[in-house]
Amino acid sequence: MFKGLGYSLKQAIVQIFRNKGMTVASLFAITAMLLILGLFFFLTVNVNFITEEIKDQFDTIEVFLQDDQTEAQAEVIRNSLSQLQGVANVEYISKAQAMEEFKTRWGDNAYLLDGLASNPLPNSLRVTLENLEDGELVAEVSRSMSGVEDVRYYQTEVNKILRISEGIQKGALVVIAFLIIVSVVVVSNTVKLTVMARQEEIRIMKYVGATNWFIRGPLLLEGMFIGLIAALIALGCTWAIYARLMAAIGQQAVILLSTSLVETNFMMINLTWIYIALGISIGAFGSILSMRRFLQA
Amino acid sequence: MIIFDNITKRYGSKVALENATIHIDKGDFVFLVGPSGAGKSTFIKLILKEIEPDEGKLIVAGRDITHLSNREIPQLRRSLGVVFQDFRLLPNKTVFENVAFAMEVLHHKPRVIKRQVPQVLDLMGIGEAADKFPDELSGGEQQRVAIARAIINNPKVLIADEPTGNLDKDTAWEIMQLLNQVNLRGTTVVMVTHAFDIVERMGKREVEIESGQIIRDTKGGIAADV
Ligand SMILES: Nc1ncnc2c1ncn2[C@@H]1O[C@H](COP(=O)(O)OP(=O)(O)O)[C@@H](O)[C@H]1O
Ligand SMILES: [Mg+2]
Repeated sequence: MFKGLGYSLKQAIVQIFRNKGMTVASLFAITAMLLILGLFFFLTVNVNFITEEIKDQFDTIEVFLQDDQTEAQAEVIRNSLSQLQGVANVEYISKAQAMEEFKTRWGDNAYLLDGLASNPLPNSLRVTLENLEDGELVAEVSRSMSGVEDVRYYQTEVNKILRISEGIQKGALVVIAFLIIVSVVVVSNTVKLTVMARQEEIRIMKYVGATNWFIRGPLLLEGMFIGLIAALIALGCTWAIYARLMAAIGQQAVILLSTSLVETNFMMINLTWIYIALGISIGAFGSILSMRRFLQA
Repeated sequence: MIIFDNITKRYGSKVALENATIHIDKGDFVFLVGPSGAGKSTFIKLILKEIEPDEGKLIVAGRDITHLSNREIPQLRRSLGVVFQDFRLLPNKTVFENVAFAMEVLHHKPRVIKRQVPQVLDLMGIGEAADKFPDELSGGEQQRVAIARAIINNPKVLIADEPTGNLDKDTAWEIMQLLNQVNLRGTTVVMVTHAFDIVERMGKREVEIESGQIIRDTKGGIAADV
């Protein structure tokens, strides 16, 4: 692309340190943008993840049996439920099994359950639906059967959650797109200030016969460097925040939403590439955009 | 070395230079004189290819530069050295770096740059100031740095637009000695000035411009070849 890459690299580094004010301003702008972007990425990915989890649970109906039902009676109910239209299969879950499931889900907080004198959970049948449209009817029939204590099927609630999460995801996407545009504009303006401060320098470089690439090279590399550094800073901040967030509410989220949040590692690996690619592109694009005007003849 | 052949330059309807014809030979030392707004800077900007002539033909260093593409301009400028009234040094670069970057533009090796820059700085009498920044130097010293930068690549022509305009009499004369030295080494020098005492004392060729017209071309009071 340009001869004298060594010169460009050296100049880029020297200028970054000599123009501390500009460097800090650009760094701050890109870092802030990436952090806000990271926040929305976090939101989208987690909402998406939770939604998928909810969707998975949504095709089941929990039928709780009265305490006096024997296993044989339960089998009779299980058989008749299996006959219903739209039912894929029915699984018997004993109260002991139910407790095990609970404990796995609560993870580190499971010790809280050890304090219980007796298992308060009922025996139940888990009905997996073949066809979601039949859910309401299956739930109604189950409810009217003798020996059934209670039926849990949250279709309307789940629909509501799905609609909200869809809204959040769409909104976040719009915000992310908007943020990328804003950050390019902000950076190009910051770099423009740098270039304007160096207009004289550029003019002098042209007097001694510098080609446009010779002038552009260091500025472009400088922008990319700043973008990269901003990405690393943003990554560090995000990692610290997310790890802390997971430590603070990760387990609570499990209990409240009955799903976990996306793992820190998964989050960070993705964000690393997103931040670095975006940081460098924003830096480079901002530089080129701001230089164009100053490099004409 | 430089041939203006019936060159006309207009800014809108304003004529800055009209039918200018002049030959400047290799090794010449030429003063461009005339009142403010006469067209002297226009003359120089044409040579530097900052502006295009509207009519006529322009040859510099044996090459027709009447029309050059943006890509060809850097090549031309590498055969020219320029010095301005306001020095135009880069404030955030040291003296060494200010001169070195004219060599870096030509992709010289760092080793070569490290050897040649101190030599030229010594030649200009500012070898001691290599690590200083321009604002730590006097006007005369800054102009010496500017001349060092202008000649480091051995240009065929040195162009100076009022190089002594910001300097006191004694310092101005020192700068003239340096320019004379550069000229004696074979570089053609074209210098714009208002300082008649300097022109007189140097006794070189004078070209006077007024209202865009070349009205006089003499050497030591005698008509020079036109
Ligand atoms: N960029 C420009 N646009 C319009 N007019 C200009 C421009 N540059 C110079 N001129 C005009 O051209 C004439 C010659 O200018 P110039 O060559 O700068 O004069 P000098 O250097 O002899 O003082 C002046 O009348 C000036 O006002
Ligand atoms: Mg002028």
